[in-house]
Amino acid sequence: MLKNNYFISKDNKNNNVQKHGKDKKRSVNIIKDRVIKYGDNVDTDVIIPARYLNTTNEIELANHCFEDLDKDFKKKIEKAKIIVAGYNFGCGSSREHAPIAIKASGVKIIIAKTFARIFFRNAINIGLLVIPSIESANQINEFDELEIDLGNGIIKNVTQSKTYQINPVPDFIQQIISSGGYINYTRKILQVT
Amino acid sequence: MNILNNINNINYINNINSSDYSADKSLRNTENNVANFNTFSKNAKKQNYPQTIAQKILAFHSGNSYLKAGQLVNAKVDIVLGNDITMPLAIEEFKKIGIKEVFDKNKVVIVPDHFTPNKDIKSAQQCKFIREFAYQQEIKNYFEVGKMGIEHALLPEAGIVLPGQLIVGADSHTCTYGALGAAATGVGSTDLAVAMATGYTWFMVPDSIKFIYTGSLKPYVTGKDLILYTIGLIGVDGALYMSMEFTGPVIRSLSMDSRFTMCNMAIEAGGKFGIIEVDDITRAYLKNKTDEKYNVFYADDDAEYYKTYEINCDKINLQVALPHLPSNTQDAKNLKGIKIDQVVIGSCTNGRIEDMKIAAEIFKNKKVNSKVRAIIIPATQNVYLDALKKGYLEIFIESGCVVSTPTCGPCLGGHMGILAEGEKAISTTNRNFVGRMGHPKSEVYLSGPAVAAASAIMGRIAVPEEVM
Repeated sequence: MLKNNYFISKDNKNNNVQKHGKDKKRSVNIIKDRVIKYGDNVDTDVIIPARYLNTTNEIELANHCFEDLDKDFKKKIEKAKIIVAGYNFGCGSSREHAPIAIKASGVKIIIAKTFARIFFRNAINIGLLVIPSIESANQINEFDELEIDLGNGIIKNVTQSKTYQINPVPDFIQQIISSGGYINYTRKILQVT
Repeated sequence: MNILNNINNINYINNINSSDYSADKSLRNTENNVANFNTFSKNAKKQNYPQTIAQKILAFHSGNSYLKAGQLVNAKVDIVLGNDITMPLAIEEFKKIGIKEVFDKNKVVIVPDHFTPNKDIKSAQQCKFIREFAYQQEIKNYFEVGKMGIEHALLPEAGIVLPGQLIVGADSHTCTYGALGAAATGVGSTDLAVAMATGYTWFMVPDSIKFIYTGSLKPYVTGKDLILYTIGLIGVDGALYMSMEFTGPVIRSLSMDSRFTMCNMAIEAGGKFGIIEVDDITRAYLKNKTDEKYNVFYADDDAEYYKTYEINCDKINLQVALPHLPSNTQDAKNLKGIKIDQVVIGSCTNGRIEDMKIAAEIFKNKKVNSKVRAIIIPATQNVYLDALKKGYLEIFIESGCVVSTPTCGPCLGGHMGILAEGEKAISTTNRNFVGRMGHPKSEVYLSGPAVAAASAIMGRIAVPEEVM
């Protein structure tokens, strides 16, 4: 059976979460920003409604991001660039337009209790950071200030003076992210010059 | 294409030998090779690793004899699919990789079905873009309008998807093909691009949940009611990342069309695969559709499942999922007070001939309520023609329904039946999220074809007994 791993956060405080960041050389920038918070089952139809899928232009997509869910999203994103959400974030369609719209809106990272699997893959593939974490998603409030240290697997909630541990990111996924997405990673593997 | 050999350089945590696609011949039960399919025996001898169907198919396609849940593998895919929404992005990404040709022009399938026949100029541009790519790459299975059907109804019908295959499609309902005993799942455009370039993609081996359906089906209850009931039971993330194996006596006698409907909606419970073991009904369906040899994988009796549900179908009534989640299910008979403005019968979920037949039986000699728009969309040209020959289309038109050419159209709020503010639709489609069929303040109720047709006649949610 699947143990607690990067893909699935099981919220079991007694689990043996591997100490993350043994390889200290892998330095990833610390992300410091405020939070926009959403609930469970944020689906791809509210992230980017299908009526706007007749384009692949990321600016156009970003323009309509979350418009059926939160009409204040555009105002909020000016001062808060981390999304924290509940279970099953990104459920529904396979449209990569969804993580593209979020990324192009300026969102730096999404923390959710769980992610729907296609959205999760898509986000990694296009280089949008996604962290499954039940504990932190439970405790973080909207507009809290966070400092996320991916290299050491720690989310620091500055507003509440709390820290949360993140499940380790598999090497393979880290390689995709550090390559700048799945396309660049594939170019490297295929040694395309 | 020597460059593709480098795909084996991928360094996985659980390093997997992916060098030989069919390396493990020990798994094959040669006795059964006389037929046009290979059978991978239950509890294969000489190895003590019981596996689910998902494990076996992923193992076979990654050159392993055994995989456990949670492992990451690089696996060779048999079919790679895209549509007019996901393909334009995939082509842009494909071009960035720097490979000139797709890995196999016979294994890449392109179906412009979502916003076609082109609904507006932008959609026309997108279709033109993928059409030019298809011609330039000499894609064998590009389906132009006229041959095009809704992809997940079309591919099985055309004999393109077969048992035992590993299939990725840039459409979430790609899991439909699990009804043929395949491992099929939705991916995004970047995954599609890489799979088109290399013929490989990465998978995490999923846990499996077994659903055993017992008892017998009540009148008009179909695969749609079973899957809505199941999603209602486990929730929209009840099978997150997992493979859903549907089995039991009810499944063994269920029609292929209903099986496709069930596997189609595995994604609505968060599932990666929805799989039904191959049996005589599957083989009968495949007859005359393909000459290709295919592989049949059975789950071992002692395979490890994350959970097992036994569902007694004696208790399952006709189902409706209320807005705004497919898990928000209730018995249709309890919802008779809800007035509706529109009915849609079609989609990759319920646009097959069985659905047309059920709807025609109910519409026969009856009229669509004067306050309702009833839109019927046969999923493919073959379904359309079959429905025409059987007289169903005449019944639909005489009762006041619109019959449309195949398209995903209204299911995702594209065209051919968009809802205005405050309007309600009952639909045989698969999602009822906010704004799914139009205005963010419109509502979609999901059902099977019988409830949808009865509701069209009554002008409110209704069950067939009320109109028959």
